[in-house]
Amino acid sequence: MTIPVKSSRSEPKAQGILLTPVLRAWADRLAPAAAFVGLVAIWEGACRLFAIPSFLLPSPSAIVQAGLEVSASQWLGHISATLRVALMGYAVAIAISIPLAVALVTSRFLSRTLYPILVVVQSTPIVAVAPIIVVTLGASDLPRVVITFLIAFFPIVVSTVTGLMATPEELIELSRSLRAGRVREMLHIRLPFAVPYIFSALKISITLSIIGAVVAEFVAAERGLGFFIMFSTSFFKIPQAFAGLAILVALSLALFRLCTLVQRWFVPWSLPKSER
Amino acid sequence: MSEQPRVIRFADVEQTFGRADGGAVTALDGITFDIGRNEFLAVLGPSGCGKSTLLRLIAGLIFPTRGTVSIYDLAVTEPRDEIGIVFQSPTLLPWFDVLGNVTFPLRHKYGRVSAEDNARAHDLLKLVGLADFARKRIDELSGGMQQRVAIARALLLDPDILLMDEPFSALDALTRDEMSFELLRIWSERPKTVLFITHSIPEAVLLADRIVVMTARPGRVREVINVDLPRPRSMATLSHPTFHELANHIRGQLFTRAVA
Repeated sequence: MTIPVKSSRSEPKAQGILLTPVLRAWADRLAPAAAFVGLVAIWEGACRLFAIPSFLLPSPSAIVQAGLEVSASQWLGHISATLRVALMGYAVAIAISIPLAVALVTSRFLSRTLYPILVVVQSTPIVAVAPIIVVTLGASDLPRVVITFLIAFFPIVVSTVTGLMATPEELIELSRSLRAGRVREMLHIRLPFAVPYIFSALKISITLSIIGAVVAEFVAAERGLGFFIMFSTSFFKIPQAFAGLAILVALSLALFRLCTLVQRWFVPWSLPKSER
Repeated sequence: MSEQPRVIRFADVEQTFGRADGGAVTALDGITFDIGRNEFLAVLGPSGCGKSTLLRLIAGLIFPTRGTVSIYDLAVTEPRDEIGIVFQSPTLLPWFDVLGNVTFPLRHKYGRVSAEDNARAHDLLKLVGLADFARKRIDELSGGMQQRVAIARALLLDPDILLMDEPFSALDALTRDEMSFELLRIWSERPKTVLFITHSIPEAVLLADRIVVMTARPGRVREVINVDLPRPRSMATLSHPTFHELANHIRGQLFTRAVA
């Protein structure tokens, strides 16, 4: 039992000898990428070594090859369809959720009346409702945007309400002592104070928007990455479906990253010091 | 200070607050005292004695259950502009720089800040010793510096009354002493009627012309003490015999109360 203790003690020392601070900084930076590459390599190796059939689990190289077989213009068509629905649903979610949160915070009556309804909507599995929405709203972008909105809006409402309520009481008293009015209290104090909370929600909701768009495309679409994956799997083109999935993940990551950058560019004060 | 015209008057003020369980708490009971023009009055008492309630009554943020609070012999019915408030925490706005925080009351009330206002804010920053910090971000400032910004902000509308709610209690001991002397300097340059709430006996004795000592639950005035220490006060004041005499007297007052 003494051996693990001994080894764990000597480990950091060995690292200190082997790596200069510069090298360690590089190691820190490269480690995530190296882990990803390693994982892909293990995946590739396992597929080849155990001869796993590509309809069960295609190897990374097979996925890349399948991806290249689809023309760039086709890809762009699917990507832009999914992106359009996701961003429209996202925009609607923001445009409705933030004013809604303001209303909930401003009026106890509205809060008591609307909050239960919001929770009911959020508790409804939207995936199950999606086919109904498509039937009701017809075959256009509209049902897809509505589905995306329903999946993405709730975190923004909850987070914004939390942020609006988190304003220090003294600042509200300062505002009252100046008789600035409730509109200015909201615009000059409460809303800016909620910005860090709003951005946390915006980062969650942008990835939910992509999920929403894909769910909508599963139900009814003739273009888009969700449709592409459905279509590919129904023809047992599993590597091609995986290629669509990879692009979907990349898209989601890029949008998430964009949210962080927007926050850093426009409201850097809302980030913790270490992230500016 | 009684020869000075009185600015603020509490006349038999009672303040009760409803509790969540339906009961009521008497925060203040039978409070009567005056504050004279440009007088520095400290309110001293244990936590829960309703000190902050006094401040909110003057500010017109709440209204007494019984009795009257008046300013220049007019009952307070709403907040008035000629009052500056400094809170326990600086409560600055992180999305503005230092100058933007000082001018915030004007921007908030009128929606605009003129070049003249900015010049005045610069003067105030000079007054509080932050002349070179106008364009700094709030998180680049120490706690003491942030509270200086809060004082400058409270002085922006040139109020005749300054309300301070334990403004230095969140600061470390050294910064706290430094800020006390700074406040005395600022007050001598810009005389104001000051209500200073604190739970520190030395702070109250060092700063105030008079001290209202309060008891807790319900908050009552136990004693009003004249501080006969010469001004301007300085480090030397801290070793003045009267300083120790008064501090010991107040400590005795609060202590006997606690034992009883």
